[in-house]
Amino acid sequence: MTVMGMTGDEAVAHAAKQSKVDIVAAYPITPQTIIVERFSKYVADGEVQTGYVCVESEHSALSACIGSSLTGARVFTATSSQGLALMHEMLYIASGLRLPIVMGVANRALSAPINIHGDHSDMMGSRDCGWIQIYVENAQEAYDWTIQAFKIAEDYEVQLPVSVNLDGFIITHCVEGVDVAEDDVVAKFVQTRKPLFKLDPQKPVTVGALCFTDYYYEFKRQQVDALSHVNAVLNRIAKEYKDATGRSYGILDAYGMEDAEAAVLCLGSTAGTAREVARKLRAQGKKVGVVKIWLYRPFPVDEIKAVLKNVKAVAVLDRAISFGAQYGALCSDVVSALHTVDNGPRIFNVIFGLGGRDIKPSDIELIFNQALETARSGVVKEETVFLGVRE
Amino acid sequence: MSSDEKPGWKKLPMAATIAEPGSSLKYKTGDWRAFRPVVDEAKCVNCLLCWIYCPDSAIARREKTIAVNYDYCKGCGICAHECPKQAIKMEEEQK
Repeated sequence: MTVMGMTGDEAVAHAAKQSKVDIVAAYPITPQTIIVERFSKYVADGEVQTGYVCVESEHSALSACIGSSLTGARVFTATSSQGLALMHEMLYIASGLRLPIVMGVANRALSAPINIHGDHSDMMGSRDCGWIQIYVENAQEAYDWTIQAFKIAEDYEVQLPVSVNLDGFIITHCVEGVDVAEDDVVAKFVQTRKPLFKLDPQKPVTVGALCFTDYYYEFKRQQVDALSHVNAVLNRIAKEYKDATGRSYGILDAYGMEDAEAAVLCLGSTAGTAREVARKLRAQGKKVGVVKIWLYRPFPVDEIKAVLKNVKAVAVLDRAISFGAQYGALCSDVVSALHTVDNGPRIFNVIFGLGGRDIKPSDIELIFNQALETARSGVVKEETVFLGVRE
Repeated sequence: MSSDEKPGWKKLPMAATIAEPGSSLKYKTGDWRAFRPVVDEAKCVNCLLCWIYCPDSAIARREKTIAVNYDYCKGCGICAHECPKQAIKMEEEQK
């Protein structure tokens, strides 16, 4: 065990290096750039045996990853914002062909107006693409989840691509102490990829076959089935990871939920601020809790039902707008998960942090107080709160 | 073959990956057909114009008349259009 000072981006690059990736194809984009810069340095310095494919766009980057994954290689890429948007059609091909690929996504706002700072608009815009989507809170989690992502993606019951999402700048560029496992510990944990099938001139296969009205639907149903295995596989791999490193992960993380009357539910780095505020409020005797979702897709419906079972009000924080919808995507998912629950909690949505705008402890305290008020009255005063926007 | 006679998602290979080459013969494109050519053998003079024109090679030669291979005939109707004796009628497939 060694604690190293590194940014979230460096932590992801270090995790990919220790995971013995065969191929990296990536195109730099702020705030993901450090990931690919570091990785290309490993290649240039001979620290890894990885083939590094320099491409002319993110569309090509993911295309090269798809081709490489088909040969049985372990594949990694990373992108952000406009780059992820440019990959959009290939995202569906990667999941439709059931290819284990791990991608770091440095979450950033989408143009226009142009902005390079962190919000979740990029991945939320592609949330239906069939990828497993994990959101991390800090550099340590970025490191740990990147390593675990390879095993989840390559599991025979899953065989799907995984995106590891880290908040642009807040996680990607902040230097934190990261507890880094020894190389051999990670190598033993991830092992080498054993593909179910691969492109091989000696044994030809057809991939990407044409499927019309009579077959297409069945293959989409297969993808739903593959995603239904993710929760169990993730929990098993998280346990193996805990045995190897001592650090414990799962589908979601709950703080104070054993007796909370009001809760904040969110993704990513915001959870750390929310927990800090919750700690202060709980010391004052206020019964509040925080739910941080690690696994956003497939959406963990049963776990959400269980964790929100006794709470009276929930504020769901969305760092992206789903234009034209009643709520942000995360809030819509939570409402859907709970709509069959009798006497479920009152829910309201908080849109925040767009284009990298800070969310401060005082903002979260306001949200908790509003949630406590909702828990007392049973009435949602404002269904969607646009936190911190100037009128 | 109607849709419910085809294998379900549990029996199909993952992601439509075809592990053996040459399997296209098993893909019976005849089920794309909305209209089927029906031959009136009394009118057919075995001129074989339909055999020449058929874009799917779905007309088989026989001694006195022709036969349609319904496994691969997509029902385009070119045979019926070209037949100089109007010996081929296009009939709507059963719904």
